[in-house]
Amino acid sequence: MAIEIKNLNHIYGQDTIFEQYALKNVNLTIRDGEFIGLIGHTGSGKSTLTQHLNGLLKASSGDILYNGESIYREGFSMKELRSKVGLVFQYPEHQLFEVDVISDVCFGPKNLGLPREEIDARAKEALALVGLDESFYKQSPFELSGGQKRRVAIAGVLAMKPEVLILDEPTAGLDPRGRDDILGLVAKLHSEQGMTVVLVSHSMEDVARYVSRLVVMNHGEKAFDGTPREVFRHYKELEAMGLAAPQITYVVHALRERGIAVDQDITTVEEARDALLKLWKM
Amino acid sequence: MLRDITLGQYYPVDSLLHRMDPRTKLFGTLVYIVSLFIADNLLAYAAATVFLVTAIYLSRVPVKFMVRGLKAVVFLLLISVSFNLFLTPGTPIFKIGFLQMTWEGVEFAAFMAIRLIYLVMGSTILTLTTTPNQLTDGLEKSLGFLNRVGVPVHEVSMMMSIALRFIPILIEETDKIMKAQMARGADFESGNLIQKAKAMVPLLVPLFISAFRRATDLAMAMEARCYRGGEGRTKMKPLHYEKRDKFTYIFYLGYLILIFAVKIAL
Repeated sequence: MAIEIKNLNHIYGQDTIFEQYALKNVNLTIRDGEFIGLIGHTGSGKSTLTQHLNGLLKASSGDILYNGESIYREGFSMKELRSKVGLVFQYPEHQLFEVDVISDVCFGPKNLGLPREEIDARAKEALALVGLDESFYKQSPFELSGGQKRRVAIAGVLAMKPEVLILDEPTAGLDPRGRDDILGLVAKLHSEQGMTVVLVSHSMEDVARYVSRLVVMNHGEKAFDGTPREVFRHYKELEAMGLAAPQITYVVHALRERGIAVDQDITTVEEARDALLKLWKM
Repeated sequence: MLRDITLGQYYPVDSLLHRMDPRTKLFGTLVYIVSLFIADNLLAYAAATVFLVTAIYLSRVPVKFMVRGLKAVVFLLLISVSFNLFLTPGTPIFKIGFLQMTWEGVEFAAFMAIRLIYLVMGSTILTLTTTPNQLTDGLEKSLGFLNRVGVPVHEVSMMMSIALRFIPILIEETDKIMKAQMARGADFESGNLIQKAKAMVPLLVPLFISAFRRATDLAMAMEARCYRGGEGRTKMKPLHYEKRDKFTYIFYLGYLILIFAVKIAL
């Protein structure tokens, strides 16, 4: 029971001509240790939702409980919440500002008011987690490559040692190699560090192979919630929302239509390969 | 909090003022500003009030939205009002140390405040009802004669329209970077002045970098589409005056005559 979202509504620009419902009555429970993919088309409210989870945006109505305690309760420490729920924004490299990599990563733990040695230790640990060695410590973050910058930015959040890590489109604008690296890193954080991870994306392909649970947002509402298999069964509805199931889902369904009895719940190419090989041998 | 700045933000509704030729609106704003500086008595201010209220009514932009734009100048307003209150010589009301409040000061400060508020509201109406593109078009056309004396009118108006266009973008960007740093535990609100100024560094550095990045990207995109200044450039939608614009100019003339007449008569 880590984060519970209850009847959450958010309206942008309330009482103006620009008024817009960003979230409509969202209910969601994020349990400890889960790896959730939050999927939706542009403007579906997924980024808005994530900014509520660490109190950056305040709900128009509804409640969010963190470990059973309402974050809107009088006297609740937002600072502590933000250290427990780490949020990596879209294009996080745009937030870098320090003269060298290590100072930038130190920014988060420094804000927590930790002792000097602890700050250093955490920064080094975080950089090691994202795969940047000592040779990077004194480099300017602005002279790194796009993928490296992004890792520094992610390390900046990891150095706060969050229990829940939320990443908003962490692969946007990266090449396929950089994308696989970042997603691999996130999967490692989940499996080795035991972090609860929420991965926000608009690409099914990206998340299908990593997450254990998929939440689909559409027009500010929660449309589907379940394992990738369960969600991809609705591939026709997903398409109507401007999302597509992984390509392999289409292949599998096409095969089934032609009378080849493969399992309809296959979500990755590897599974499809195994299933087909099994049929071949029979 | 940052979204409260309305200066330079277009408010999309369909109204008479929105449809009006930008040159008419620009000239109107100029006439209005000049009239505010000429006005020095109640009658003239009453005329300016009528002008402003008419414009607000015709623009169909909620007054609430316009008043919000005033928040940005509250500080300036307070300073100028307090200076005028205490530093105008005349009949004293009371005295604290070397500061004395005078009747003349009260009168002067009141007019000053009204003048400032009217000034900001007047120019806010212009930007609320005119898109940056229309505004540039209007400026370029009305100031075209300066080209002959070597002023690069097109370039200047292009720069202005880009600057205006970037205001909301940079506000959004600021909001985003602020949130990203707050997610890393940054605190922009508490502390004394020096601490607050220091807290701005993690916000300003990324903001500047992103502004430069956007600027180079934009320059590249413009050059890729063969932009090379205003010479020989034609418009897809050339400006032309309608009947309503002519009536408006007549109204301006009447308004100006009234203001001058009041000034001379009193």
